[in-house]
Amino acid sequence: MSALLVQYLVTGLTVGAVYALVALGFCIIYNASQIINFAQGEFVMIGGMAAVSFSDIGLPLPLAVALAVAAAALVGLALEKLAVEPARHAPVVMLIIITIGASIFLRGLATLVWDKKLHTLPAFSGDAPIGFFGAVVLPQSLWVLGVTLAIVLLLALFFGRTLLGKAMLATSYNRLAAQLVGIDVRRMLFISFGLSAALGAIAGALIAPIALTSYDIGVMLGLKGFAAAMLGGMGSGTGAVLGGLVLGVAETLGAGYVSSAYKDVIAFAVILAVLFFMPSGLLGVRSSDRV
Amino acid sequence: MLERLAAPRTGGLLALAAFAALLPLALVNNYYYDVAILVGLNAIVCVGLNLLIGYAGQISLGHAGFFGLGAYGSAVLTARYGWPPLAALAAATAGVTVTAFVLGRPILRLRGHYLAMATLGLGVIISIVIATEDRLTGGPDGMAVPPLAVLGAAVQGERVWYWIVAACLLAAVWIALNLVDSPPGRALRALHGTEIGAEVVGIDSARHKLTVFVVSAVFASVAGSLSAHYSGFVTPSKVTFLHSIELVTMVVFGGMASTFGAVVGAAVLTMLPQLLTVLKDYEMLVFGAVLMGTMIFMPRGLVPSLAALAARVRA
Repeated sequence: MSALLVQYLVTGLTVGAVYALVALGFCIIYNASQIINFAQGEFVMIGGMAAVSFSDIGLPLPLAVALAVAAAALVGLALEKLAVEPARHAPVVMLIIITIGASIFLRGLATLVWDKKLHTLPAFSGDAPIGFFGAVVLPQSLWVLGVTLAIVLLLALFFGRTLLGKAMLATSYNRLAAQLVGIDVRRMLFISFGLSAALGAIAGALIAPIALTSYDIGVMLGLKGFAAAMLGGMGSGTGAVLGGLVLGVAETLGAGYVSSAYKDVIAFAVILAVLFFMPSGLLGVRSSDRV
Repeated sequence: MLERLAAPRTGGLLALAAFAALLPLALVNNYYYDVAILVGLNAIVCVGLNLLIGYAGQISLGHAGFFGLGAYGSAVLTARYGWPPLAALAAATAGVTVTAFVLGRPILRLRGHYLAMATLGLGVIISIVIATEDRLTGGPDGMAVPPLAVLGAAVQGERVWYWIVAACLLAAVWIALNLVDSPPGRALRALHGTEIGAEVVGIDSARHKLTVFVVSAVFASVAGSLSAHYSGFVTPSKVTFLHSIELVTMVVFGGMASTFGAVVGAAVLTMLPQLLTVLKDYEMLVFGAVLMGTMIFMPRGLVPSLAALAARVRA
């Protein structure tokens, strides 16, 4: 394996891990409500921007990131309570428009709370690159990969071992049946927004030291996360992670070997090709292993 | 004759025509004309998109791509290759028809969110290609477009353009109303309700979906070509994912499965940012809040909700 290829794979997996976290956020809300939450990218933005703000006022980085994630989770919960809950009986397409409205609203809010400039967050543990099979790996990449792995494991435990997680899973399989066995499905939707927002915010804080952050980064990241979730098969957690990694690697390889201007074209062309041949994504047909 | 006038189809069309004819009385300067033309162009796209989303129940998050293909088709053929504008318009429209026909078949086999993803991907690909091929399209900076010329005479000025766009919008609404009330239109509504049910009673759902997809793409493309010639300039900003989302929002906001709803939705959401510019920094905030508020309190969209309200007041 050439050093260049290793480099592309490492970069691709790092980007892909971020897409995977965003895709998981899409997935969790989709499973609870069939809603595609187009404000998912804004949670990523809030995570990054709030972490920068908290760190700028002198808070230690771990605390700044934790506060940013908490802030985003609160925004997610508020969004569910104030905008999604009152329109609970509206058709799904209306709910999707509501989340689009919310994403514009949150971007507008971000330009007021912060500004329209680019911001950067210090790397979690220095910028000294590490050599790896001839490739150069930033410590932040390891943070992204490590934290994503930890979150995936934690989510697997949460959905597989805890009562709350199982209740959420049950709601996603069959809402009515879940309600009949006494699960408060409305509370599940509420929690799913908080959880998704927190996941998005973690992704935003993780990527901020590498890719900079600004009020509008959520648009493209949200789009890629959605694409990753669809690529894996909407509603499948394993699919979301797989979709994110495949998307990240595909676009990095495309940028490296074909054309960097066309990296997003390559990413979306791959998705179109997959959907043409597998109309429900890579893992969409298997409904038994949803997260 | 009187019966025909009272029918909702002809009556609504006449009302719209009368409104378009009288509107210039309220347009005091060229800025107002400009906004009215923008509304008309967006309304043409939305009337087509509403056929796809509102009647056939198939979402598209990539219609800005077809708008862009029309706009850049006209722009590149006239500015770079010296084609006469009408020939360029015809060629761009033909190109979009073929593109939508070829890509529509595999895309429309997808359902629900997968369809949304595929159309979104198509739109994003078109927009990136346009922004990247800068030798042809001017890249992110856009390119100048020569004015529309009919029989060698240049068509310029807001007032002339107002009538052109109004005529095109009326034609679009007329086509849409007739399509909806024809056997293919009823077939579309049937497959919106239940696709399997529609197929069981012998409706070729794939063919009907493809037809309406092509029609909506052509509407968007023609509006794109007109918009390029009208403003004399095209930039990739009208081809982005956000613009696709704006178009869908206009349709849903106005009221799905209502052709006049699509026109009203386009009008309100095109004018709203113009009104909100006085708020400067709060523009996005208010726009997002209005969007959310309307959907929460009028979940069926503006026109159907207001019609229901009017019916209740009368009763």
